[in-house]
Amino acid sequence: MGAAHQAPDESAGASDHQPLLQMHDIVKHFPGVKALDGIDLDVRAGEVHCLLGQNGAGKSTLIKVLAGAHQPNAGRITWRGEEVRLPNPQAAIKLGIATIYQELDLVDGLTVAENIHLGHERRNRWGLNAAGESNAAAAELLARLGHPEVSPTTEVGRMSAAGKQIVSMARALSHDAKLIVMDEPSAVLDQEEVGRLFRVIRDLTAQNVAIVYISHRLEEIREIGDRVTVLKDGRTVATGLEVADTPTKEVIRLMTGRSIDYVFPDRGEGAPPGDPVLRVEGLGRTGEFSGVSFGVRPGEIVGIAGMVGSGRSEILETIYGARKPTTGSVTVAGKRLRPGRVGAAMAAGIGFAPEERKSQALVLADPIYRNVTIASLPRFTRRGFMDSDAERKAAADSTGTLDLRPNDVERAAGTLSGGNQQKVVLARWLLRDCKVLLLDEPSRGVDVGARTEIYALVRSLAASGIAVVVVSSEIEEVIGLSDRVLVISDGSLVHDCPADEIDEHQVLDMVMEGEVA
Amino acid sequence: MSLQTSAVESGDGPDLRKDVPEGKGAAGGGLRDRVTTLLSGSAGRNLGLVIALLLLCLIGLITAGDRFASLDNMMTVLRLSSVIGVVSIGMTFVIIGGGIDLSVGAIIALASVWASTLATQAMANDTHWIVMVTTALMVGAACGLINGLLIAYGRMAAFIVTLAMMAAARGLAEIIAGRRTQVVSVGPFLDFFRGSLFGVPRLVIIFALVAIAGWVVLNRTAFGRRTLAVGGNPEAARLAGINVKRHQTMLYVLLGLACGLAAVMLMARTTAGTSTHGGMYELDAIAAVVIGGTLLSGGRGTIVGTVIGVLIFQTLTNIFTLNNLDTSTQAVAKGAIIVVAVLLQQRMAARSTPG
Repeated sequence: MGAAHQAPDESAGASDHQPLLQMHDIVKHFPGVKALDGIDLDVRAGEVHCLLGQNGAGKSTLIKVLAGAHQPNAGRITWRGEEVRLPNPQAAIKLGIATIYQELDLVDGLTVAENIHLGHERRNRWGLNAAGESNAAAAELLARLGHPEVSPTTEVGRMSAAGKQIVSMARALSHDAKLIVMDEPSAVLDQEEVGRLFRVIRDLTAQNVAIVYISHRLEEIREIGDRVTVLKDGRTVATGLEVADTPTKEVIRLMTGRSIDYVFPDRGEGAPPGDPVLRVEGLGRTGEFSGVSFGVRPGEIVGIAGMVGSGRSEILETIYGARKPTTGSVTVAGKRLRPGRVGAAMAAGIGFAPEERKSQALVLADPIYRNVTIASLPRFTRRGFMDSDAERKAAADSTGTLDLRPNDVERAAGTLSGGNQQKVVLARWLLRDCKVLLLDEPSRGVDVGARTEIYALVRSLAASGIAVVVVSSEIEEVIGLSDRVLVISDGSLVHDCPADEIDEHQVLDMVMEGEVA
Repeated sequence: MSLQTSAVESGDGPDLRKDVPEGKGAAGGGLRDRVTTLLSGSAGRNLGLVIALLLLCLIGLITAGDRFASLDNMMTVLRLSSVIGVVSIGMTFVIIGGGIDLSVGAIIALASVWASTLATQAMANDTHWIVMVTTALMVGAACGLINGLLIAYGRMAAFIVTLAMMAAARGLAEIIAGRRTQVVSVGPFLDFFRGSLFGVPRLVIIFALVAIAGWVVLNRTAFGRRTLAVGGNPEAARLAGINVKRHQTMLYVLLGLACGLAAVMLMARTTAGTSTHGGMYELDAIAAVVIGGTLLSGGRGTIVGTVIGVLIFQTLTNIFTLNNLDTSTQAVAKGAIIVVAVLLQQRMAARSTPG
């Protein structure tokens, strides 16, 4: 790996005045969603450049563009002063851009060395794999990363998450990477492992390798970062801020400050006083969350805020019976539900719109009407046969109420935009006259313009007497949409108050508290 | 098991298909558009199969002339299609539901041996032949139930479970029969199943009834709808309140029942129960289902397609037999047909995806 060692000398002089990478005005559309809408980013050799933004801000799409996995619709990418195109991941690797994804892309059944050289295997003169040479080269890379204790012949499937990350980094180095993108590398690590990761990163930057570091944890960025770029709603709101000169408060303001004002519907009179229709008592699941208690009255919207992995989605799924609780109970209209049974929850009047619409809610190849009626099939069965006409009519009525456009129930669900897909899922529960509606990330994958509409719909559903629970990682959504806000941190309910008595920064502080150890 | 999946579903990640503007397809566009829309629908896919079948018939007509076109020959083709046809209908349900069953041939052997053992024993003379039929059905259903329970509740791979059943059921059949062929000589039984109704063999009528029942169940009942949903997106089906495990189990029981019925039909046709019955039926059935346009990954498929698939293979066999060609050449042709049919379907599926 001689070439890798030479790299610093060659580019050290240039790094001062010429950025290693420049991305200018990058735009990327997906059907119904503008994922990136003008992103600027410049990275210098040998720096740790942190990329910040809430969920849905466009971080993942941006790094996929940089990795050659997505093609931008517009914009320029410049690498060492020359404009480049990245038509596929191979092109990016060839330039020296390596990406370490959150879900590590390693093959469990192969050894450390085999993984490192996957795709560019060392061959001997007969064209066979040169295992010895490969192992030696891998050992050298691991030593360079400060982990000589990792054996190149260990099977990767037996390693810890931290160990696998080291292997991914060694693989990036084996490609002679000048820029390594790390997508939330600390998410799966404990504190000690994070410390070791940071040592490796410092070693790399000392060798003039640039790192683009993505994390939710502001404390980490303060510790390891040189400069920061903040994304919001697919745009760059600030770029190249020196970490040392930027207070954390300012970063939070940039992350949460809106570049687009969502119009949240008026709360109106609020829910009429009365007994809660949904009552959750002491609900817990080992290792996920514990002691969660709250009630929701008819007509009330309760929002749950929390980070990814805080247990918020698991709580909803447990209320719905898709997961079995280890402690506690769920009561709907005075009737205690049989735990861990979706059927029981549905029969009691609970409806659920899951986080991943495409994989958890819809049969994409099926027409809309079938996706709407799937939870009410017995209703359309006459003497054992399906009454498709009644089915289509009821589905169209239901989607019509939600203003699905165009209201054509024969179209395949997979051809719809995110907002329309969400309406199809809501129509499914409207058809069942549900009393309680659980919404997990109701605006994920929904175009910015269509969000306002979804928010108004949720409010009008509540106004019709449905008790609504909303989970979202977008704090402004939780506060703007709800009557009451619950904050979840590390699997426990840490706060419960009316939505107009709390602001985004307070919630963000509470949410992060459990994260920053 | 994803022979033809990739072209249709791209899995997660942003969906690259666009919202289709209003009115495109049926109303707007030209004739060309309309033809494309028609061909890419399920009717169009079946139309392609019908054309393939007609082409085969044309070849039959040219090479064997009247011997091929005679009514007698037609009935022979249908009669020989009926046993594998019944199995294929059951197989269609299992595959649409996201599963696979390699044990159908072995289950048929076991059911035929079990039922014919009963028939050769003294007690059978005192009881109605319907007991024999019931036995075959029960044996089939029981094997299907074991398959289904292990797959759905035991969380084992369908491929492995049914592979094990394939070995075990065939072995058990050999033990029961002592590797001997058991001749079925129950007169009323043979009379009933070997007879005809208005010139149509009863076996063919049974196949037709099973096919019609299969079509109705798949297209007109909640059970059919759930089968499509369970195969198309099991997680979404579960969260919509469908008992996915129970449903999967029922699909295997249904196929087991179809195997029991096929065993009865085979016993009538060959007047024997033997542990060698149903050899390679699993592959014939899967091939018929797949060229019939059912996705091996589940979620999509048609009964009509399966029926035509069965007929295509049987007509092919018939043409080869009439022309005195050996079975090895026939096997090569069969393999080629499977590959070509699936390739064509993938092209159509890709074209039918808008955007």
